[in-house]
Amino acid sequence: MAALEVRGVSKHFGGLRALSGIDLRLGDAEILGLIGPNGAGKTTLFSVISGFLRPDAGSVHLDGRELLGLRPHQICRLGLARTFQIVQPFPHLSVVDNVMIGAFNRRSDGRRARQQALDVLARTGLGPVADRPAHVLPIGLRKRLELARALATEPRILLLDEVMAGLNPAEVEATVAIIRAIRASGIAILVIEHVMAAVMGLSDRIAVLHHGELIAEGSPAEVARDPKVVAAYLGEPFLAA
Amino acid sequence: MSASVVLSSLANGVMLGGLYALVALGLTLIFGVMKIINFAHGALMMWAMYASFWLAKLGGVDPYLSLAVTLPVGFAAGYAIQRAVITPVLEAPEHNQLLMTLGLALFLENLALLAFKADPRTLLVSYSQASVSLGPILLSLPRLLAFAGALAVTLLLFLFLKFTDLGKALRAAAEERDGAALVGIPVRRVYAVAFGIGTACVTAAGAMAVPFFYVSPEVGNTLVITAFVVVVLGGMGSFAGALAGGLLVGVVESLGGLFVHGSLAQIGIFALFILVLLFKPSGLLGAPSA
Amino acid sequence: MRRLPLLLLAVGAVIPLLVRSEYVIGTLTLIYFFAFVGQGWNILGGYAGQFSFGHALFFGIGAYTSSLLFVKAGLTPWVGMWCGAALAVLAGLLTGHLSFRFGLRGAYFALIMLAFAEIFRVAATNLDWVGGSFGILVPLRGHAPALFQFGDKRYFYYIILLMLAGATYGVRRLESSKLGYQMAAIRENESAAEGLGVNAYRVKLTAMALSAGLTARGGSFYAQYFSYVDPAIGFGPTNSIEILLRPIIGGAGTVWGPLLGSFLLGGLGEGTRGLVKSYAGVHLMIYGVILMAAVVFLPHGVMGWLRRRGVRG
Repeated sequence: MAALEVRGVSKHFGGLRALSGIDLRLGDAEILGLIGPNGAGKTTLFSVISGFLRPDAGSVHLDGRELLGLRPHQICRLGLARTFQIVQPFPHLSVVDNVMIGAFNRRSDGRRARQQALDVLARTGLGPVADRPAHVLPIGLRKRLELARALATEPRILLLDEVMAGLNPAEVEATVAIIRAIRASGIAILVIEHVMAAVMGLSDRIAVLHHGELIAEGSPAEVARDPKVVAAYLGEPFLAA
Repeated sequence: MSASVVLSSLANGVMLGGLYALVALGLTLIFGVMKIINFAHGALMMWAMYASFWLAKLGGVDPYLSLAVTLPVGFAAGYAIQRAVITPVLEAPEHNQLLMTLGLALFLENLALLAFKADPRTLLVSYSQASVSLGPILLSLPRLLAFAGALAVTLLLFLFLKFTDLGKALRAAAEERDGAALVGIPVRRVYAVAFGIGTACVTAAGAMAVPFFYVSPEVGNTLVITAFVVVVLGGMGSFAGALAGGLLVGVVESLGGLFVHGSLAQIGIFALFILVLLFKPSGLLGAPSA
Repeated sequence: MRRLPLLLLAVGAVIPLLVRSEYVIGTLTLIYFFAFVGQGWNILGGYAGQFSFGHALFFGIGAYTSSLLFVKAGLTPWVGMWCGAALAVLAGLLTGHLSFRFGLRGAYFALIMLAFAEIFRVAATNLDWVGGSFGILVPLRGHAPALFQFGDKRYFYYIILLMLAGATYGVRRLESSKLGYQMAAIRENESAAEGLGVNAYRVKLTAMALSAGLTARGGSFYAQYFSYVDPAIGFGPTNSIEILLRPIIGGAGTVWGPLLGSFLLGGLGEGTRGLVKSYAGVHLMIYGVILMAAVVFLPHGVMGWLRRRGVRG
């Protein structure tokens, strides 16, 4: 059984069809890359899966359990956490306090939550800035914080929305290593990414969204050869990647 | 209870509603342009009422004529308040903007208390008790004038926003602050103009209220809460909504006064306010809420 | 710094032994009292970030409940105070449920709380059974500690000092608890908090209940201290403003903000009262100016200013 199963999900905003009949499966400890030109519906799909948006049709199952109709905090409790494309830190809280909020998802004791938060900060390389307020971090570290907070909720499935956009090559490399280590610990990951080289190298499989439809799915090599994908990306720096 | 009593009460409610609408117009304009809820709006009206009151009492100037003085002063005061008090918090969190106008309200209200004492005063002019009969209905003349004033101001504001360059700049700044700044609209000055006009509206309301409404340092407090109700009912930022909301509140209050004792009718208005906030925060006439 | 609370409590306890002046004791009693109700507001407004402009609702419920139970049923305010707190918690759960279920935030939440308080004020003004516009005089029974009445004002001083110490201790515990962290998360970014497993509705409702109960007990204390409450004192918008002023000036969302703010405004209020004795409202005029200045120059209150200078607490 797939860890996450999306079946026939559709969503429209007014006259705009943001998603039509999306089917996706994410296996245990798998990394699935979700790519597509801007406006393809990737973030909308994340919002549907994580409970922030209600789809018009379809279903989302986590380990066989229906997620639709649940609130985001319930979905998080069931083991699915997400990051936001536009980072949403708690600006006036310190980095470690930010991560503690996530850690409280699985525990109530303050000291244990702090320990868990410090562990996660060490794993994500944020240890040195633990006591800084979140709003003073540069964007690269804020993206990392977004990831750390989600990880602290101890999810089975992690949805990462462009955690590498805007990072320099060294930071991208570090983030790729962190994501690999997270997968190695048994967590399945769905990544939206525009940094093509990174997502192609990182993902086991790639799914391509275009105008709200799934136009291709397969191994990175298969997808890169797919003429529909090439056409969809015409004019975007895909082939160069 | 005869039908004519009810009809008269209904008509007077509509007239009173005109006054409420006039108070609410300035509030809704300021909100529409800057997304700021001006808690000092009532205090500004109270000062306008005192201005007209004293001009009449000491200078023998008719309250309606006093507008020639108070309107420009009101506009200038609003303009200055925007520059001095509101501009520093334009980028601040919403609650700090609320606190800013709340602080201003506290200051203005208690300054009036210091200057004029707490006792309510009423201005008696020759036409305070005058009324116009319209078939079986008896209309209070000052209320009728306030109502006409409200309609006129609404119309003028509408025309101003629609057809003048300044009005267009105001609407642009309301819709897209950064965009307006990019195309060269001096957003801060435009905001100050909006606050000036909003204050001028409430100055007009003050002058027109004086012939039939008591003046006291607390009167603004009462009126601004009513004005919030009106603005929320009509939809924050909507002129037509402010007019309709004002009339509705005036009628409910006037008719309510016939059936329930004392100020209990206000409870109905607050209850209505709460229901609208909960179920249709965009207002009864506003766009459907998402 | 960790011993600071106990130190303050000790100093507070010793003051009446050293200072005989009724004026000083009375002033301090009011400073503690405003810090106490400010702490009540602080839980919801400061920590959970839900700015209520109608906390007089809870204050009034507390003051009216204990006074009415005493006048009508002879129940001691020691018990009535907790009945008032229970009713205020109920009112808080009801208003909170409505506001939060329908997703009211920011200014809309502030306004709906104002409206709820106004409904109670108008109702209290119109119901003769609760004293109408005149309000309730708590009948005096001389020195009767069992009835929350004392011949010596120093009793009130110690009672409110203990209440304040309890509230401060409680908020300090709250701050480092799971609930406290979740409240801060909601204040900072509600949807991000929900995505991290925070049940925002339940956390806000809990904050509302705690806040309402605390504020109501302050209301009961006030009614006993002055032996009087009326609709404006209890439920009026000016009272709502008085309640939120001190935590805002001192630093909303901090343990010491309400006490610090109360000392600053209290000292100032007393200072100006001497200058312009006969004018009511002068202190509010000055509070208005202070509030405006604080919003511009101290957007996070005095505590925020101190923290930027490296003071921890």
